[in-house]
Amino acid sequence: MNTIKPYLRLSGLEPLIVRPETNFINVGERTNVTGSKMFARLIREDKFEEALAVARQQVENGAQVIDVNMDDALLDGVQAMTRFLNLVQSEPDIARIPIMIDSSKFEIIEAGLKCVQGKCIVNSISMKEGEEKFIEQAFVCKSFGASVIVMAFDEAGQADTKERKVDICKRAYKILTEQVGYAPQDIIFDPNIFAIATGIEEHNNYAVDFIEATREIKKWMPLTKVSGGVSNVSFSFRGNEHVREAIHSVFLFHAIHAGMDMGIVNAGQLAVYDEIEPTLKAICEDVILNRNNDNNETTEKMIAFAETIKAKGKVIVKDESWRKESVESRLSHSLVNGITDYIEADTEEARLKYPIPLDVIEGPLMDGMNIVGDLFGSGKMFLPQVVKSARVMKKAVAVLTPFIEQEKEDRKNAHLAAGTVNEEAAGAAKILLATVKGDVHDIGKNIVGVVLGCNGYDIIDLGVMVPTDKILETAIREKVDIIGLSGLITPSLDEMVHVAHEMKRRGITLPLMIGGATTSRMHTAVKIAPQYDEGVVHVLDASRSVTVAGSLLSKDQKPAFLKNIKAEYDKLVTDFGNKKSAKQYLRFEEAQKNGAVIDWANYKPVTPAFTGTKVLENYPLAEIAEYIDWQPFFIAWEMHGKFPALLTDPVIGVEATKLYNDAKKLLQQIIDEAWLTAKGVVGFWEMARTAPDTVTVYDEKGLEINKLEFLRQQIKKVTGQPNLSLADFIAPKDAAQNPPLGGGGAFSVTIQGIEPHIKKFEANHDDYDKIILQALADRLAEAFAELLHKKTRIEYWGYVSEEHLSNEQLVREEYLGIRPAPGYPACPDHTEKYKLFELLGGEEATGIQLTESLAMYPASSVCGWYFAHPDSKYFGVGKIELDQLHDYAKRKGMSIEEATRWLRPILE
Amino acid sequence: MLVLIKSGQIRFINFYTMKTLQDCLRERILIIDGAMGTMIQRHKLEEADYRGERFKNWHTDVKGNNDLLSITQPQIIEDIHKQYLEAGADIIETNTFSSTSIAQADYDMQSLAYELNVASAKCARAAADAYTAMNPDKPRFVAGAIGPLNKTLSLSPDVNNPGFRAVTFDEVAAAYTGQIKGLVDGGVDIILIETIFDTLNAKAAIYASKNYFRSINKPELPLMISGTITDASGRTLSGQTLEAFYVSVMHANPISVGLNCALGASEMRPHIEELSQIAGCYTSAYPNAGLPNAFGEYDEQPHETAHIIEDWAKEGFVNIVGGCCGTTPDHIKHIADEVSKFKPRELPVVELVS
Repeated sequence: MNTIKPYLRLSGLEPLIVRPETNFINVGERTNVTGSKMFARLIREDKFEEALAVARQQVENGAQVIDVNMDDALLDGVQAMTRFLNLVQSEPDIARIPIMIDSSKFEIIEAGLKCVQGKCIVNSISMKEGEEKFIEQAFVCKSFGASVIVMAFDEAGQADTKERKVDICKRAYKILTEQVGYAPQDIIFDPNIFAIATGIEEHNNYAVDFIEATREIKKWMPLTKVSGGVSNVSFSFRGNEHVREAIHSVFLFHAIHAGMDMGIVNAGQLAVYDEIEPTLKAICEDVILNRNNDNNETTEKMIAFAETIKAKGKVIVKDESWRKESVESRLSHSLVNGITDYIEADTEEARLKYPIPLDVIEGPLMDGMNIVGDLFGSGKMFLPQVVKSARVMKKAVAVLTPFIEQEKEDRKNAHLAAGTVNEEAAGAAKILLATVKGDVHDIGKNIVGVVLGCNGYDIIDLGVMVPTDKILETAIREKVDIIGLSGLITPSLDEMVHVAHEMKRRGITLPLMIGGATTSRMHTAVKIAPQYDEGVVHVLDASRSVTVAGSLLSKDQKPAFLKNIKAEYDKLVTDFGNKKSAKQYLRFEEAQKNGAVIDWANYKPVTPAFTGTKVLENYPLAEIAEYIDWQPFFIAWEMHGKFPALLTDPVIGVEATKLYNDAKKLLQQIIDEAWLTAKGVVGFWEMARTAPDTVTVYDEKGLEINKLEFLRQQIKKVTGQPNLSLADFIAPKDAAQNPPLGGGGAFSVTIQGIEPHIKKFEANHDDYDKIILQALADRLAEAFAELLHKKTRIEYWGYVSEEHLSNEQLVREEYLGIRPAPGYPACPDHTEKYKLFELLGGEEATGIQLTESLAMYPASSVCGWYFAHPDSKYFGVGKIELDQLHDYAKRKGMSIEEATRWLRPILE
Repeated sequence: MLVLIKSGQIRFINFYTMKTLQDCLRERILIIDGAMGTMIQRHKLEEADYRGERFKNWHTDVKGNNDLLSITQPQIIEDIHKQYLEAGADIIETNTFSSTSIAQADYDMQSLAYELNVASAKCARAAADAYTAMNPDKPRFVAGAIGPLNKTLSLSPDVNNPGFRAVTFDEVAAAYTGQIKGLVDGGVDIILIETIFDTLNAKAAIYASKNYFRSINKPELPLMISGTITDASGRTLSGQTLEAFYVSVMHANPISVGLNCALGASEMRPHIEELSQIAGCYTSAYPNAGLPNAFGEYDEQPHETAHIIEDWAKEGFVNIVGGCCGTTPDHIKHIADEVSKFKPRELPVVELVS
């Protein structure tokens, strides 16, 4: 049967269990205003962030608990304790370990206990003000679950002799276990460590008293623990750190032997007992054990000896010791830690050391990148770190490239001179990446490129809007090993099907990887894989691309891997087929009859401040930046979780925070130096619903200028639930009052000017900042759309008089009215974008080009319709049936084939 | 002796001979009920239903304030309790997940917090007593559910100011004290602190409970504690590992400690296994009906959930099992049927001397 041992158990974010075999526990003492001048100064000067660094240093130096003390006459102790501990809680690398809340004022202890989720140690309570107070305080500590340090202190004062120490501890033990209900293992005694070798003879035995009391306490009360403030013992040697460290070390050696379990020490400064020079050690032994000390003999010796030793100052510097290692280790260190400071000099040094420049890449640089790959693969590094490593790698390669080229040239000339044929060296496997025709989005593809590049593959990135021909011709010419396709908008799915189809037709046998936001395992299995027999694999994210590429390129693994994928996809196809029949659809006419019922007769539409369009040039980026929703930014970096909680996530928090800080810095630079410009267009027109799914747009004179066509949900709904179409949210012609008709609007926003900066980062081999910049531009476009919608609600259209929504509420779409975009779930036909842009004034007014797949360029652009009716809401059209397809094609004046092509994602 | 009259029958319950919660826990694996929210959703209630007659002119929207239904639609809540009791639940949870002055502030109903707790406790009490009366050998218990709050003590809502807290420990403890008073006055048998994602909030609830019973000079009700591991990292939202969490709440001296919510049964398995090794008290686990699908719905079927939990029972990991988000009376029935074949986890020997 399971047994639970009576061990002292403490916790921070992680548990600390004090088992018999547990070594002495170091309690970090530097976060104590009474013990550390520097810490006291930082707190007094309100530099809490820097004070946190002191705590972090303690943890890094091996403290297993940190003692926090804010007892300073000039401080509001309660407030300082609360603030510091709250900050500590948000630093997972510090909050990992338990906290010892240290104060002589109980109100400060209580304040500290209210800030810490883990199980703390209270330092300390005692019977100095009598039993009643002691019991009361112990109850409070117990109600927070804290272990307590009990000082050997009673009504008569602090205990100095062994007997008094032991007596007081026994008395306290009885009270705590019998009256308060404390478990013995949660009681920690501090039998007072006092300064020795002070010159006063009565003090000479203090260390012995402590050590012997400890032995007794552990004998009588074996489950309890003994602790103490170690640096007190050497107090008379202040300023002579070398001697103090030796005294501490010798004292602990004996005290631990007697049963001391933990102590408050400077975790960074403890001499190793075995390495203390023999003379000093011998004197320390005598002075601590109070031997040969008649007439203070030993004390005198100690003082005399101390004076001969010059205190060796220890300066804490940034750890640059890795710079002393071999050039290979240095390169590896720079790669793993993403440090660019020395990479050029180190690479040059390696180039001179190795026979040919290529050896540097294939040797130390690839070794370093392999470590990065392994760490990433095992979840010990995160994407932003890997991209930083890639930046270092690219810089190193850039140093070597001219030499490699020169060497190739020399070799070629030598061959030519000798009349021999140029040999083709077998290089790394090549992977071709491209965003398909009609699509301009490439952040994800760039990340995949970097990650694969880090894993030793040669990447040929053809960029965006790449036609099938160019992809396949390049693949053949460059003898690539894998083709990877990417895309974000729905028409790209069809384009990928097309590429697969063409690959088969041309008899290509390379494996095909599919990735990008709209792609899915299901779509790949059902639509793409049947087109091509040589292997089609959907890759969920950049992290998976490495294993997939590895499996596809390994002769041993490839057949089994593809066989498994095929089996998996076949099952998906079967499931898909089975699922299809399960859903019921209405006839289109019935669906049209079941539209949203809106009481237009009682609706008082608000007339917009203007009709026609308004162009906003060069809108202030700083204002836009306030509306940024950061969560998608982190998703782009494959860091999932809620923002801002992910910044403090125990696993990715540290790296996410670094990324966030880097992004904020770049964003500030973008704003300050006006790298990008924001352009928006907003327009309002009178509109009326003139057919169930058709909205007619009129000019100011009431003349028809355009007809918008919408799609309607066709799935069978439960009773009472409408089959929605966006057209439902516009007042019908017949019910509309004589002007205004209610109306509707449209908008577009775009972020321009990114190209030169992308080029600059590329020239500098800086994928990290390049991807941040791209992701920020996307965020700015989305933020601008949010801002513009708000201005529309309150000002331009003004259908809301007042609004107080936080950014979070905006992201949750709690606003009134909607702004759906053509190509997205509520109106999935991308081709309606033509009408939207025509109304807004085309490319000239909007600054946006439409590709043949209706992607917008610049990529960081957003557009949409505005609906103001309070009942209007976001929805997904879902799948439609053929009857609606036919009706829609007729309304749009399209052939069935063309309509099918554009609507394929929503056709069953 | 208490006499209950139910559907024309007269039943006698002798409280002196009735089994206590501890007796039942020694005998068998107990069943705690499933989701309340999922069952309420089935009623497709509208704003007016939530408001009822009493709050018809309330100045904020109250739709979604499920706890309010204990006052405005008590028959619905009592009926849900009965469905779970019928399915075999030994312990039912009061409809009070958000019945604190802090959480109710969302609806400006902070002043109703105490009343909500009393009303919910009475709904559950009535349902449980009716079933106990029908079969006194299987007494049913009411657990006063204490949720995690919408404000958290260990995390800052402002990234630029990590030291900031939206609420203080004293405020949280005061809110929980009000809730506990209401639950006790309404007649609950157990205090259940559940869905703990920030241990400090839970510590405030423990603190409130201990101090409340001390202040009224009555013995404490048994305390059940149930934490939430939020993802595959195996940690709570506030960053603690499972063992660190357990160590942080051990002082509550709970009758049980366990896990609920966030994970489905299959994801919860390694954690409940670990907990069964380290916990000195009884263990509980009530997972969600799998992980939410792409539409945020739970679609793990009752027999699937029950099958996984059956394995926990077989391995001796658990003493109390049930369901959280997405589970239904059908899930509970399946779970109850599957685990009835197995003995409960034996309490470990807690050594008092080294």
